[in-house]
Amino acid sequence: MPQTAFEPWNDPAAKPLIQFRNVSKRFGDFTAIDDLSIDIFEREFFALLGPSGCGKTTMMRMLAGFETPTSGTIMLDGQDISPIPPNKRSVNMMFQSYALFPHLTVYENIAFGLRRSKMPNEQIDARVKQMLKLVQIEKFGARKPDQISGGQRQRVALARALAKGPKLLLLDEPLSALDKKLRQDTQFELMDIQEKTGTTFVVVTHDQEEAMTVASRVAVMDHGKLKQVDTPDRIYEAPNSTYVADFIGDVNIIEGYATKQGDTVSIAWSEGNSPIIGTPSKPIANGKVSFAIRPEKIAISAERPTDRNNVVHGKVLDIAYLGNLSTYHVALPDGTIIKAQTANSRRRSSRPFTWDDEVWLSWTDTAGIVLES
Amino acid sequence: MRRLTWFNATSLTLGFAFLYIPMIVVIVYSFNESRLVTVWGGFSTKWYGELLRNESFLDAAWVTFQVGFFSSIIATILGTMGAYVLVRGGRFYGRTLFSGMMYAPLVMPEVITGLSLLLLFISIGLDRGMFTIILAHGTFAMCYVSVVVSSRLVSFDRSVEEAALDLGCTPFEAFRLVTLPIIAPAVISGWLLALTLSLDDLVIASFVAGPSATTLPIKVFSSIRLGVSPEINALSTILIGIVTIGTIAASLSTKRSVMRRQREERMAEQAG
Amino acid sequence: MNMRRFSLIAVPYGWLVLLFLVPFLIVFKISLSDVALSIPPYTPTLELSEGWGGFRDFLSQLDFENYEFLATDDLYWKSYLSSVQIALISTTICLLIGFPMAYGMANAPKEWQPTLMLLVILPFWTSFLIRVYSLIGILSQEGMLNQFLIWVGIINEPLTILNTNIAVYIGIVYTYVPFMILPIYATLIKLDGSLLEAAEDLGCSRTEAFWRITVPLSKAGIIAGCFLVFIPALGEFVIPSLLGGSETLMIGKVLYEEFFSNRDWPVAGAVAVILLLILIIPIVLYQRNEQKMMEADT
Repeated sequence: MPQTAFEPWNDPAAKPLIQFRNVSKRFGDFTAIDDLSIDIFEREFFALLGPSGCGKTTMMRMLAGFETPTSGTIMLDGQDISPIPPNKRSVNMMFQSYALFPHLTVYENIAFGLRRSKMPNEQIDARVKQMLKLVQIEKFGARKPDQISGGQRQRVALARALAKGPKLLLLDEPLSALDKKLRQDTQFELMDIQEKTGTTFVVVTHDQEEAMTVASRVAVMDHGKLKQVDTPDRIYEAPNSTYVADFIGDVNIIEGYATKQGDTVSIAWSEGNSPIIGTPSKPIANGKVSFAIRPEKIAISAERPTDRNNVVHGKVLDIAYLGNLSTYHVALPDGTIIKAQTANSRRRSSRPFTWDDEVWLSWTDTAGIVLES
Repeated sequence: MRRLTWFNATSLTLGFAFLYIPMIVVIVYSFNESRLVTVWGGFSTKWYGELLRNESFLDAAWVTFQVGFFSSIIATILGTMGAYVLVRGGRFYGRTLFSGMMYAPLVMPEVITGLSLLLLFISIGLDRGMFTIILAHGTFAMCYVSVVVSSRLVSFDRSVEEAALDLGCTPFEAFRLVTLPIIAPAVISGWLLALTLSLDDLVIASFVAGPSATTLPIKVFSSIRLGVSPEINALSTILIGIVTIGTIAASLSTKRSVMRRQREERMAEQAG
Repeated sequence: MNMRRFSLIAVPYGWLVLLFLVPFLIVFKISLSDVALSIPPYTPTLELSEGWGGFRDFLSQLDFENYEFLATDDLYWKSYLSSVQIALISTTICLLIGFPMAYGMANAPKEWQPTLMLLVILPFWTSFLIRVYSLIGILSQEGMLNQFLIWVGIINEPLTILNTNIAVYIGIVYTYVPFMILPIYATLIKLDGSLLEAAEDLGCSRTEAFWRITVPLSKAGIIAGCFLVFIPALGEFVIPSLLGGSETLMIGKVLYEEFFSNRDWPVAGAVAVILLLILIIPIVLYQRNEQKMMEADT
């Protein structure tokens, strides 16, 4: 049986679980969400990514029911949810602070929502045990939140929010309180749990690495607007704006003037340097553009490479050794600084280049992204 | 490591001597055989016996106790409600007036509070007695309760309440099942404060008390005006003793719970 | 707005309006009335049965005569001034005693601090009246203080301390100094020790670091402590009537006597209104300080 990729957003017949229709939210003079529309599908792991104050948390709180939109509608399963209070929504939330009830045991925390829905006790017990098992904290049911570690608290919060089997689970910066190592392990577990339960997850985060790892689609937000909604690889490789390119990962951005040359464009960007040849993803008009290129797409060499169109010459200004990678800051004669990255795939006793070395940087015609500015 | 310099040691010693010597003198002289309060006539507990046989003191103590009990309950309920409204109530008409009225009694001189309540009771024709003292104490103590409870409400994570709503609680259920258990320690200390204020109060009570209800402070005040007496020394010793035992017990239990908490946190770290 | 939220707000609101706001308005109204030999001992009284005309009649009889009387009679002038003076001086002495104590506590070994804290809190919970009472035995003519001073040989004759203003100062300082210590201690204990080390590292001497770092950073606590002493001291009644003498003029005592001994309710009301007006300034300043402290905390 051929495995079809999970891409409901490309399927015009798919019915979205959540629809934001021209939603705006204003607090006094401040516009947190600005005329925003988006569809999120069932079983998706959807990430809202952006700097603090970009409106991502407001979007989440509107889904949970703690805020109501100033205008526009939010539909869940085809139903307008604005008039429904938070306690009547089939939406649960995992809070950034976890918000565990300090006076209740882990078991009672997880059972809390089930007890509110008047489920019989045996069923509650079975469900809580199932949840404890799902997040692998069976041993800690009798403890109070104070008596378990941060990582375990995070699991309790997740289990508590999942216990009622919500249509939609909201996760507010779910891993921000964990240290880096634990965070990476937990990311994979979170994906695993999402797959097992088949619940739609919407996660809010400012950590681009987290969003890229866990999400099926990422929405990059800024000032209450969506900048780009796409799969993680498209967001990284084909950002639609310098904002997105700059927000996700490291990037060199070069301003210039583009002239069409068949499929490619020639970008004049600096006197004394030959124009950059780039390949736009869609046809563009002649005019001002930004050329964005990731450091790892730029090769660094001692000799002038002959097989590439885009070659510049400069001097090594700074070297950041990161273990698996090294980043070189290379100053061109006109003062522009370009970052290039190489993988340290072999153990070496010395670096190939050092400070003040004259080096050549080169990249292919399709390595960078041409963005109309 | 912090060490006491001689300057700090001196200021602490002198300061605490100033705070405690008068009280210690009272305690010592309560066991004095002699009626003269400045001459030591040998050890005796007879003044305690005299005190316990003095019915007017016992009556006053009983009135004080009842007033304290009822007024502190009223103050705790109203103060907790008030704190909740101030911290979580959002906007409503007249909020500024409300918060002003909530804080004003804290800084209002007792003579003014007493005077104004007395004039109110007179003008509505309410007979002065235990009931009016309870009303008066409940009113000024509720503000203290509200300060204690609202500082706890402000400091605890609001998302815990939101989590309760999110998991299906109505706002009232969220208060009963989550907020109240969490703020309970603050409510209890607010209640203790209200009780102490009521048991201690002289000025307001002497305005609003009628001849039918004399509280212990009123009684003590009128006998102090006549001069120092060994019975009052005995009474003071008993009251100081109760407060000391209560305060030490409270601080020991806080210390124990802090230590338990630290142990649990260590346990959690090891578990994680 | 649903019923529950409405009653949650309305119950404490209504209670305070009835038992705090209305009583105060009554005081204000009576302060505009005239004293009379009747029950209640003032005129006019509002007759609601006479309707609007009665109300207008009632209003026309109110005047500021009592305030004029307060302004012209020396007694009240002097009482207000002397209350302010006593409260100010006592507050200053409290600060001079309370700050070194709070500083000593904050710099004491960690394991001592809970005990020291307990020693400050204990008087706080002990009956106010009893603490004032305990001073009487110490300060009286044959009291411990005089006996001690004679024994040491500083004086030959016992001093008269009780029933003078000195005793009032001692009483206020004695009863209110914990209110000064606690807020100052709270700010000092939060002070980051590395700030002082940084100051010394940058060339301050210990004393200089104390004046340039410790004192400015504990300002909020000092201000809070000063208000916590000054405000209740200003309206104090118990201390001047038990420890003070005939020379002691404090407005709380004057008000009490005006009301109970002279039965001049309108003047007592006017005294209360003026006292409150005097207090509004420090109260507003205090609230501002609190707000600043809250903002600094967040």
